[in-house]
Amino acid sequence: MVKTERNHQVIRPGDVRIKDFAEVSNGFTYELMKSEAERCINCKTAPCTKGCPVGVKIPQFITCLQNDDIEGAVRVIKIDNNLPSICGRVCPQEKQCEELCVRKLKLGGSVAIGALERYVGDYALTNGKVATSSTTKLNYKVAVVGSGPAGLTCAADCTMAGLDVTIYEAFHKAGGVLTYGIPEFRLPKDFIVKKEIAKLEEIGVKIVYNTVIGKTIKMEQLLERFDAVFIGTGAGLPVFMNIAGENLNGVYSANEFLTRVNLMKAYVVGSDTPVYCGKSVAVCGAGNVAMDAARTAKRLGAEHVFIVYRRGRDEMPARAEEIEHAIEEGIELRLLTNPTEILGETRVTGMKCVEMELGAPDASGRCRPVVKEGSEFILDVDQVIMSIGTRPNPLLVNEYSALEINKWGTLVVNEETQETSVDNVFAGGDAVTGAATVILAMGAGKQAGETIIARAIAKCSK
Amino acid sequence: MNKIIKKRILSENVNEYVISAPDVANNANAGQFIILRVDEDGERIPFTIADYDRAAGTITILVQTIGASTYKLSLLKEGECISDFVGPLGNPTDLSKFKHVMLVGGGIGSAVIYPQAKDRHLKGLKCDVIVGARNYDLLTYENEFRANADNLYVMTDDGSYGEKGFVTNKLEELIKAGHPIDCVFAVGPVFMMKAVCDLTRQYGVHTIVSMNSTMVDGTGMCGCCRLTVGGETKYACVDGPEFDGHKVDFMESINRGKFYRELECECYNKEQEKNGKN
Repeated sequence: MVKTERNHQVIRPGDVRIKDFAEVSNGFTYELMKSEAERCINCKTAPCTKGCPVGVKIPQFITCLQNDDIEGAVRVIKIDNNLPSICGRVCPQEKQCEELCVRKLKLGGSVAIGALERYVGDYALTNGKVATSSTTKLNYKVAVVGSGPAGLTCAADCTMAGLDVTIYEAFHKAGGVLTYGIPEFRLPKDFIVKKEIAKLEEIGVKIVYNTVIGKTIKMEQLLERFDAVFIGTGAGLPVFMNIAGENLNGVYSANEFLTRVNLMKAYVVGSDTPVYCGKSVAVCGAGNVAMDAARTAKRLGAEHVFIVYRRGRDEMPARAEEIEHAIEEGIELRLLTNPTEILGETRVTGMKCVEMELGAPDASGRCRPVVKEGSEFILDVDQVIMSIGTRPNPLLVNEYSALEINKWGTLVVNEETQETSVDNVFAGGDAVTGAATVILAMGAGKQAGETIIARAIAKCSK
Repeated sequence: MNKIIKKRILSENVNEYVISAPDVANNANAGQFIILRVDEDGERIPFTIADYDRAAGTITILVQTIGASTYKLSLLKEGECISDFVGPLGNPTDLSKFKHVMLVGGGIGSAVIYPQAKDRHLKGLKCDVIVGARNYDLLTYENEFRANADNLYVMTDDGSYGEKGFVTNKLEELIKAGHPIDCVFAVGPVFMMKAVCDLTRQYGVHTIVSMNSTMVDGTGMCGCCRLTVGGETKYACVDGPEFDGHKVDFMESINRGKFYRELECECYNKEQEKNGKN
């Protein structure tokens, strides 16, 4: 096998990127796509596919690309993944498919599977034919609660199989985290998310907005009207650090900050939704959401944006690519630093921190950070964004206690079928796993879809 | 899209809207709220459900024009539609376990206590009501309260109607006179709720308030509406909106309520200029 270097997507320079909300990269050109596709040696064992949570037949779709059959590549991917333009952008490929690529270590680096998937997904959105749902319609009604990645996937699969699907969305816009959470510069809303959702509507998925299941329509009422229900309500309440000053003006949860900007378009002139833009912003936490919040704050005009994290660079949970992009955009890492108090009378005027050092490994195997004595200092910030995770949303369970939850408050499901403690009520995504990835949510939506379709066929053939 | 079935001007700055929302009306209960967006660029703003009619499929809200969004709403007429309307959100407030309930409403807060008065009246339970306003013109729902309350006490700051004084003056007078009260349900501006709670704490009278925090999603996702109750962080949207008034950190809530005021004033002025009003 010949060593060939991995092709990279052309990315816009960091100092240009922070002046707008446009995407970091425009993706592969046709030539780069071809050159990268040629690097795939079509291993018989396909380790990449084993690394994909939904099992996309990766060598097969890349073979189509090698043969210039892009439509064919679309068809291959869509057997397992309805939203390739989204997964090509936001999946942590380096920990999944690309991690297992045989080229990874000695042969020029893993094939850029994510970038190729994105190319195929974008092609499908611009040129692809509309998928046709099954011509056999089954008299089986499915309600999908929440229009995030899990719900969209379940809805698409069920509709394609001929079931009658209605999505209920609490917000005035569909997409869940794809719309309110992930910023425009990582996932364009008009070009990608809106179009993917429009395609679902074209195949017959109905979307009812402004409807909170458990409130607007009770679960009991929903179960009277539908044969099966899929719950994909996502993650819920933000976690705060429980330090003094967290309720001062200028302290946001990442969810609130990102929702104001992404969903409510607070950065667009003419939007009625306000958002406070600090001059110097601390983002506490180091996951993907923290990177999103930090990079958004920078684009809103902050001179300094700090990622404040109590462990080291190697422990940061965000994707390597997101951390690199953040650094390119001038985000300053304050590692081994822990906030102890947010200062201010009415508004944030600073954040008291201590320095940390790594001690012996804890139960998770990661070195436990311990406070360095006498290291207290004040970080000069006027805005703080807490991005240290979320707790499950209690709303639905409070209203419908028949749903079994575990000690962390997430829904308990049968792992094979995704069925909850209530017959014909399924669940998947963050509502089940706690905060996780788009692709895992899609995998769960898909699995639930398979069970629901089997039930529908069984019922309708009686 | 939800249609405005009826619009009534209650005072210079306060309008009552009856809005078509059959699903919301079907499950609405006293104490809950809705969130609406006036138009496509609109922000999400919460309003307490002032009344609901399940048969007609309507929700009634009272809106005080205080900013750009409420100003835009005030320009809409009967028959026109608002872009988005979601609810009923939050937990219902159920006061039926209390025998002697005193409802205290300040300003637009009357909209929150009215469904309680109506609810109790329908269930054959007694209730007394104190409503306060700066002046007679700003007084809302007087007739509605007359029809549902056993005793109604009207207070105006300037004495232009009812008795001159604040709701707290009347409340203290009644408590001192031995008027039976098991529970006070006080709703209005945060300053008023604080004043009521400071008073009832002295007399050991259980007091429930309904917190009108700033919100974005209203379904337990963003944390914008957080407040401190008994030393713990709570979320008005999923834990409330009713809370034990003696445990709420009102000063913190007052501060949080001010956060967007400057931006809000700027937007309001721009919106008025756009419509040629100054």
